[in-house]
Amino acid sequence: MTTARHARPARWHTALPVLVGAVGFLGLWQAVDVVGNYPPYILPEPAVVASRFVRAWADGTMAPHAVATMREIILGFLVGAAAALAVGYLLARSRLANLVLSPYLVAAQSTPILALAPLLSLWFGSGLLSKVVICALIVFFPVAVSTLVGLRSVDSRLLELGHSLRATRRQLFTTLEIPAALPSVMGGIRVGVTLAVVGAIIGEWAGGDEGLGVLINLARGSLFDIPLMFATLLTVALIGMALYGLTILVERRLVGDRS
Amino acid sequence: MTTPAIRVVGVRRTFADRHEVGVQALDGLTLEVAPREVVAIIGPNGSGKSTLLRIIGGLLAPDAGTVEVDGRPVIGPDRSVGFVFQEPRLLPWRDALANVAYPLELAGVPKAIREARAHDLLRLVGLDGFAAARPQQLSGGMRQRVSIARALALEPSVLLLDEPFSALDALARERFDIELLRVWERTNTTVVLVTHSILEAVLVADRTVVLSPRPGHVLAEVAAALGRPRRLEDLARPELLEAAAQIRALLGPLGDPDPDPREILGSGIEHHR
Repeated sequence: MTTARHARPARWHTALPVLVGAVGFLGLWQAVDVVGNYPPYILPEPAVVASRFVRAWADGTMAPHAVATMREIILGFLVGAAAALAVGYLLARSRLANLVLSPYLVAAQSTPILALAPLLSLWFGSGLLSKVVICALIVFFPVAVSTLVGLRSVDSRLLELGHSLRATRRQLFTTLEIPAALPSVMGGIRVGVTLAVVGAIIGEWAGGDEGLGVLINLARGSLFDIPLMFATLLTVALIGMALYGLTILVERRLVGDRS
Repeated sequence: MTTPAIRVVGVRRTFADRHEVGVQALDGLTLEVAPREVVAIIGPNGSGKSTLLRIIGGLLAPDAGTVEVDGRPVIGPDRSVGFVFQEPRLLPWRDALANVAYPLELAGVPKAIREARAHDLLRLVGLDGFAAARPQQLSGGMRQRVSIARALALEPSVLLLDEPFSALDALARERFDIELLRVWERTNTTVVLVTHSILEAVLVADRTVVLSPRPGHVLAEVAAALGRPRRLEDLARPELLEAAAQIRALLGPLGDPDPDPREILGSGIEHHR
């Protein structure tokens, strides 16, 4: 009961600054447009973008591309994160694996995905597979590193406690290592989810005939509909924000309040 | 004669230090503890007190010598031995109840039974009403109580405590010592308490074992000056202070493990600090 009573003012305290920030952002955008007197094909006004956004969703322009991109993001993220959890665990467990694998990991991470995308598109075709691979690659590194760091951060004194209670290897993993690593892993997943959005768009630019990245190119190129391009960018941003919010919800559920 | 609860014979243990040079922590230590006895182990830094406790608890293997608990050789951690570490070592993501129930969970005890037992143990250590509290919400003393309750969860016959109250201030520590005895009276355990505090040792123990400087062996044993039950007021009793003085003399100038003016000058000085 008390928590509910405290929650309401707290919610206002968080909602108000967000609202003020959004109004400020739109106001600034509008002001730049008015002062610079830019044509709509350089910088359309917020209202123009908003109406184009609504129209694109209403007339069915946006939806199929958004769905295609979402599919790539989700599949790519799941594949990349799953592989990263496994490899991160291996790296934390085995000095040898760490020694042998980490140079490749760092090298792969240092090579811009933008430069690899055309090659991956050549290898895996211009369909869903190449996008999933690109998303998975870009998600992999932050999640693998955060898993490694999380598992390494387990307090050795807690492990000694576990040993003193005759915990099995498996019990140590499930009752000590996983909960201890979780905050770090979730941090990596938060970064990974937003990068997955970037990966999908890059994958679509490297070759493909559907998705929000394709729509951005179409709007800028043959359609020359810059408000549509902005509306598409807005959709991409909203997808990123929604996925980020979702991981925060999952994180709250799993990690809870430890401080 | 009954089987001793703990039997340590000729235990030796060497550690490799930073420079890979062997540092001998224990040198042929022999010790027997009777069932339900409360023994305090005191000694200068580096005398191997904690090492001895870990060897009895099966967390460390001795290089030589034998260790038995309840007549059975110690070959590793055993459920008949409960360990209370210097720090509470609570799982921060679990509430007090789930922390106390943790050993039972590892042992495969069904949820309803382990939670009922954990509630009983929290009550035993005076923490009923704090079952849902996270470790971060508890004071240092309360956390250590949770850790004692956890150590008792598997109904061990031997309870090993490694300077359990050293993080508490002197006044709180004395209260916890008395409370530990209250818990001990209600359980059936043998207690070995490693401590830095001479007063703590003489207040709590039936017998205080004084270890030599490194490598540690038993220098002397000092029997309790008082019967049971003990009370906080006993700290002012001349017999107890005399036993404390005897231990201090044994530790010598090197073995001043816990400089506390009260211990050096008697209990009257405290108010003038």
